Amino acid sequence: MTVLELRAVHRVHGAGQTAVHALRGVTLTVGAGELVAVMGPSGSGKSTLLSLAGGLDRPTEGDVVVDGTVLGGCSRRGLAALRRRRIGYVFQDLNLLSSLTAAENVALPLELDGMRVRRARRLAQEALCEVDLDGYGPRFPDEMSGGQQQRVAIARALVGQRRLVLADEPTGALDSQTGEAVLRLLRSKVDGGAAGVLVTHEARHAAWADRVVFLRDGLIVDTSGPLDQPEELLTTPGGAG
Amino acid sequence: MYGYQLRVTFEESTGGTWPLNIGQVYTTLSRLERDKLVCPLAESGTGQRPYEITDAGRAELALWFATPISHGDRPRDELAIKLALALTTPGVDVGAVVQTQRTATVRTMQEYTRLKHRTDRPADLSWRLVVDAMVFQAEAEVRWLDHCEVSLLRYGPPSVSEKTPVSEQEAGDEAEREAAR
Repeated sequence: MTVLELRAVHRVHGAGQTAVHALRGVTLTVGAGELVAVMGPSGSGKSTLLSLAGGLDRPTEGDVVVDGTVLGGCSRRGLAALRRRRIGYVFQDLNLLSSLTAAENVALPLELDGMRVRRARRLAQEALCEVDLDGYGPRFPDEMSGGQQQRVAIARALVGQRRLVLADEPTGALDSQTGEAVLRLLRSKVDGGAAGVLVTHEARHAAWADRVVFLRDGLIVDTSGPLDQPEELLTTPGGAG
Repeated sequence: MYGYQLRVTFEESTGGTWPLNIGQVYTTLSRLERDKLVCPLAESGTGQRPYEITDAGRAELALWFATPISHGDRPRDELAIKLALALTTPGVDVGAVVQTQRTATVRTMQEYTRLKHRTDRPADLSWRLVVDAMVFQAEAEVRWLDHCEVSLLRYGPPSVSEKTPVSEQEAGDEAEREAAR
């Protein structure tokens, strides 16, 4: 089932001679249970693509479709509601509100959407359990490690009915082990039925995706998907080989 | 430990990334015996001959662990040579060579990562670290390819390819012009 679709999307910033073509006709589909990584150097259009996918920006041309809804056809209010209900974000920093506890951070999008506080908090606790942070609900972000904060952000991104997670360099400030744990978790959440887009310039992080899309100057220049039978490469003691 | 056991233990530790031929194991054991680094023990009831490491063998092993691997001992890097030749060979789209390699390398990294994702049991640590070694080596290659791409943008291809016909079509045109003169 397709969760996110970009149809021949263009985004031009400014006009005339100083116009910057951030995206020049990008078409991309992400299904449920699929993690797609977008790789490219600075200025290739990665962040623009993510902003458009999340309804934070509008394309100059083309359509962005989330869960069957064309974002261009939504009112501001409708778009805000769709973002709260369907789309979760994980960023490198500024992920969590420092004055709220972990549970309050996770419950926030649900409460903003009109859910009763008690129910929202219960769902938030469940979401925290799913990312192995049982008991961390009452802690404030500055009482948690960077890796734990990113786990809270992932819990918040996928709380309630949200099925699309958009991640922008989510392991940027973390050491390699903690970063890998965050990617492992993101991978598991996607395997559980969410759709994910991971923007990164690190190949090692992109390698967690099902497909890697290479962006250059606002265009997809190549795509890499894994082999169907990776077992052929190695004999795994984990039981695959 | 006898030959077959050695092979199984080695492959378990390295996740089958370096498959061993049993003949190779016995040849190596004979050489080690010749050099007095191992000594054979009495055959077991089932006809297998176990070997034991000697003090000299232990010293040699300690030396091996203590000595870094020399980069000079590794085979030449075919990719680096290919890129260098692509830059100086007329008619080659160097950017395409870089991207083709990058896609292939990232694809390999995806495969290794997918295998790694299947287990995070402590018992599989040695195997996972071998896979990690391959992932990090591939990542280094991708970073180097990114570096090549940026360098190409900054400096462009060397002038040799500017002076030389860049395609068969152009080469043909050049020949026609030459004939007309």
